[in-house]
Amino acid sequence: MSPFSAVLFRDMRLATRAGGSAALALAFFAAVATLVPLGVGSDLRLLSRIAGGVLWIAAVLAALLSLDRLFQSDFDDGSLDIIALSPLSLEAMSFAKLLAHWLVTGLPLTLLSPLLGLLFGLPGEGYGPLMASLAIGTPAVSAIGAIGAALTLSIRRGGLILPFIVLPLLSPAVIFGAGAVLGALDGLSNGAFWLLGAFSLVAVLLAPFAAAGAVRLNLAG
Amino acid sequence: MTLKRLHLSPAIKALEARSLTCIRGNRLVFRDVGFRVEAGQMLSLEGPNGAGKSSLLRMVAGFLKPASGAIVLNGGEGLDDEERGRCAGWLGHHDAAKPQLSPRETLQFFAALYRIAADVDAALDEVGLGKARDLPSQYLSAGQKKRLSLARLKLSRRSLWLLDEPLAALDSAGKTLAAQIVAAHCAAGGIAIAATHEPLGLDSARLVLA
Repeated sequence: MSPFSAVLFRDMRLATRAGGSAALALAFFAAVATLVPLGVGSDLRLLSRIAGGVLWIAAVLAALLSLDRLFQSDFDDGSLDIIALSPLSLEAMSFAKLLAHWLVTGLPLTLLSPLLGLLFGLPGEGYGPLMASLAIGTPAVSAIGAIGAALTLSIRRGGLILPFIVLPLLSPAVIFGAGAVLGALDGLSNGAFWLLGAFSLVAVLLAPFAAAGAVRLNLAG
Repeated sequence: MTLKRLHLSPAIKALEARSLTCIRGNRLVFRDVGFRVEAGQMLSLEGPNGAGKSSLLRMVAGFLKPASGAIVLNGGEGLDDEERGRCAGWLGHHDAAKPQLSPRETLQFFAALYRIAADVDAALDEVGLGKARDLPSQYLSAGQKKRLSLARLKLSRRSLWLLDEPLAALDSAGKTLAAQIVAAHCAAGGIAIAATHEPLGLDSARLVLA
């Protein structure tokens, strides 16, 4: 196994074992999405219109919930020192970690979303775009979240600061992601998918470097 | 107990620190600290709490940049901090043992991360963790976690060992074992720098930080 896949599989294993964050994120996603119809009321026409937006917001919040420990637990227990001295660069390590995070949260959230779409009475033509937008956009959530997690890794209760750093940066993903679903419902061909894809691509490409820089800074601290 | 002879990479002839200054949080921790260790030698860092022993180790590992001064390998090869870090085996005062992972899984991860083909079970037997190898690390005692760190350090086959309180939490047999492992490392031509309040009982140069 290469050093990269060693980190990837270890993080996935930790997230899916007892006490891991993967199941928690999924449960949170489902809980928030279930709560909204209770609060908004049973107007199916309204619910089907807001389904994309609500599920996108729920997905971002669920991913955030599991992001704060992305680097912090390794920092606290000394694992990050060991990894930093390994043949794996911090950039590659950051990419492995954000990939692992996406595989255990973003991907399952995407797969679960049609079921929650049903709760909202999402019309048939909405499911494809909903899943596609989450599949394209959630990597950006993991990527930008990784930058935030790396910046706050040495701060006690950094998880509370994380949303303030990450949420503003993620607003384009929410706008384009929800917009793509809505556009499909209205039968409009809009550029939301392209913009979402571009945003996601840039985020995933830049995040490992930004996160590695932040980790380096924190290791010196 | 016999310890197998180690093959270390890369070979380091000497490590030299020249007039290092450490400033942390606007406070001067130490200044003008220098030392030289050669292959096969051990250096003990001594000094009261807060004297900067751990900071000095972090500098040698390349995590921390000295405010002034330089750390030089082999009399001046142009190795940057990260390249020097790739020569270093690290035993910090945290044990890097994930509560959910067993000692075997911890070492398997480490071996893959460091690209080492290693007999993980033999390494665990050697530090007396043979029976606990499949137990999640959350059930290990502090001393057992330290033994796990020792096994990891030995597996690393790095030539420059940086040890922060290697004896903390170990029982007397564990302390003997730690000393044996470090002695074997130096006998194989490795370098060890240890920050310690308790002497390891090995022949070593001393550097006292005030």
